[in-house]
Amino acid sequence: MSEQTHKTSQSRRAFLRGAAATSAGALVAGSASANAKPDKLITAIQPWAQELGDGVDATPYGLPIEHEADVIRRNVPWLTADAISSINFTPIHALDGTITPQGCAFERHHSGAIDLKKEDYRLMINGLVDTPLVFTYADLERFPRENHVYFCECAANTGMEWAGAQLNGAQFTHGMIHNMEYSGVSLRTLLEEAGLGAAGDLKDKWVFVEGADASSNGRSIPMEKALDDVMIAFKANGEALRKEHGYPARLVVPGWEGNMWVKWIRRIEVMDQAVESREETSKYTDTLEDGTSRKWTWEMDAKSVVTSPSPQSPITHGKGPLVISGLAWSGRGAITRVDVSKDGGMTWETARLAKPGEPMALTRFYLDTDWNGEEMLLQSRAIDDTGYIQPTKTQLREVRGLNSIYHNNCIQTWLVSPNGEVENVEVS
Amino acid sequence: MLKFLKPFVYASVLAGTAFPVQAEKYGLGRVALPEEIAAWDWDVSPDGTGLPIGSGDAIDGEELFADKCASCHGDFAEGMGRWPKLAGGMDTLADEDPLKTVGSYWPHLSTVIDYVKRSMPFGYAGSLSDDETYAIVAYILYSNDLIEDDFVLSNETVFDVEMPNANGFIVDDRAETEYAMWSSGEPCMSNCKESVEITMRARVIDVTPETTGSSNASAEVTQVAEKAEPKQEETVVEVAAATAFDPELAKAGKKVFKKCKSCHQVGDKAKNRSGPLLNGIVGAEAGSVEGFKYSSAIKKAKAAGLVWNEDELAQFLTKPKKYLKGTKMSFAGLKKEKDTQAVIEYLKSFEK
Repeated sequence: MSEQTHKTSQSRRAFLRGAAATSAGALVAGSASANAKPDKLITAIQPWAQELGDGVDATPYGLPIEHEADVIRRNVPWLTADAISSINFTPIHALDGTITPQGCAFERHHSGAIDLKKEDYRLMINGLVDTPLVFTYADLERFPRENHVYFCECAANTGMEWAGAQLNGAQFTHGMIHNMEYSGVSLRTLLEEAGLGAAGDLKDKWVFVEGADASSNGRSIPMEKALDDVMIAFKANGEALRKEHGYPARLVVPGWEGNMWVKWIRRIEVMDQAVESREETSKYTDTLEDGTSRKWTWEMDAKSVVTSPSPQSPITHGKGPLVISGLAWSGRGAITRVDVSKDGGMTWETARLAKPGEPMALTRFYLDTDWNGEEMLLQSRAIDDTGYIQPTKTQLREVRGLNSIYHNNCIQTWLVSPNGEVENVEVS
Repeated sequence: MLKFLKPFVYASVLAGTAFPVQAEKYGLGRVALPEEIAAWDWDVSPDGTGLPIGSGDAIDGEELFADKCASCHGDFAEGMGRWPKLAGGMDTLADEDPLKTVGSYWPHLSTVIDYVKRSMPFGYAGSLSDDETYAIVAYILYSNDLIEDDFVLSNETVFDVEMPNANGFIVDDRAETEYAMWSSGEPCMSNCKESVEITMRARVIDVTPETTGSSNASAEVTQVAEKAEPKQEETVVEVAAATAFDPELAKAGKKVFKKCKSCHQVGDKAKNRSGPLLNGIVGAEAGSVEGFKYSSAIKKAKAAGLVWNEDELAQFLTKPKKYLKGTKMSFAGLKKEKDTQAVIEYLKSFEK
């Protein structure tokens, strides 16, 4: 432990030296500074400008260039007993825009990511349907297809922060989220293919969905949602789903907690009650201060976080122009506005949305600012088209206490020090 | 042209009105057979729909639990390490640190039966008979003081058991209890509070995994890899000299090892998990992996001088419980001799 602390403080010193050197270079704010000596990167012919690069097909399926090797999923080993039933985190501190590349989109498995071939894939629809059906993967591709961009957020995202500021990085506090463009078939189409006449009045009906892995991760979804916007997706961001995201087909349940997005989906049963499976009773229920627990807390409320600067993405350029950037989302609609505070919530200014918010998808916001080099307490506050305003942690705790684990959508605070370092803190 | 089009349009309009339902069907897929539905449709609902037919008591359940569950959940369902605790925690839900177990938290017994039958044991899901399922669930209930040891749990007696937290849940009420509290009107933009104090800092807690210095980190990895390489070559040569190593067989063994992976690790980063790490296990003295808590059965075997040569390992892996009574390893055994040989060959490729 002491060795690790030593290492951290060393790298922090090195970092500080770097930051000091850079800010000394930026002498005059508002105009470009002058360099004493010509830049060799310009005056000398560099090898890459003279010699030849890689030919095509050097990497038939490309990975990010090695200089980006740090932009990877990471886990927090002490969170779970075993990596097979665990979670890791999207490096949101290092990404921009809104689409999450599949290769660094967080994973959550309950009994490991399984290897399921398309030709071995079967999807069954049974229960209160006119004709119970079995589809092959090839069958799925013959139904009319839809494309939608949605975020998928684990209900436990930010769950480690209920009792206080704990993990030092946006990746760890807010990285149980990804946002992809899905191609697939609407669940409604498949249910209608099996016929819902046998279900009678659809108002009080449910579908139970389960995966092909050992955990099966069964969840119950009310029929109203099932017929609204739920999809069976087989492509994400244009290519096949990754193994860890449910290849060859997963459920997409827009705006609702990630646990319901059953991977390797193999069965859909129309039922007249909720199964109340393990995942919807013993887990993914929110215990309140008096010991009673909320169940069926499906929707993900509006939330936002500044992704840069953040603890893993410090300011290295000194004072002057600074891009404050972050993500906002709501499971109940589209983001209409994001406010940013630099003083821990005393005053706010409205950020610029890179594009108008889309329903149940990530929205990128920017605040283009001029940093005076003083300490900041950075916060962001999302507002969605239902009028919902992202609450503070204090407000959430007043209603829920400290033991809810799930659905922590509080306003996050980053302490930015004059040297550019950033820390996860909690404020009054 | 028009003459051609007219009857065509007319026909399709007619089809659209006469068969509105069929127009939505694509005729894809095939009818699911009753056997297929029975093979997959195992869910059990709170009202008892779907309960498997069978029975078992805590006395039978205790032995099954020790065999199949205790390596993660502990002999008394108290949980090992960070694996789920299944017993205890009564009346702690309003405490600062509630203990949520089957007894203290789960509202329906149907859920326990559904989950145990469907997804347990971890790494060998769906292998329990219906009677075994009831016996194991009975043992979990007994461990929570919810039934007597001679209570026979069955599809008929499920509702005789009262789950303490059955009434502990409410349906999501955020829309009524929360939304109005912080979402009414315009959000405050200035003078929102008089002062701001930092009340907590993540660095003080210091539980974040180390991620600094991308270039340093990758340099370290490269160094380690460079160092490791010659050692690996030596290993292969050594093994090849000792017993003719069959790389093809080892490759097949890698697949078989998937069955072991939920509890055992091999390779450079291998650690003890619910089972010991297995680097260098072939030819090693039994019960000798550092830092692993062995069952008394293995400790006795070690004292008696058991060495895991290929023959002993093969016997153990074929019928673990029969070969070593009291082992914690909750694995039924490899049925095919070929698989046993393959997995041993695979294990040979990992030096201690």
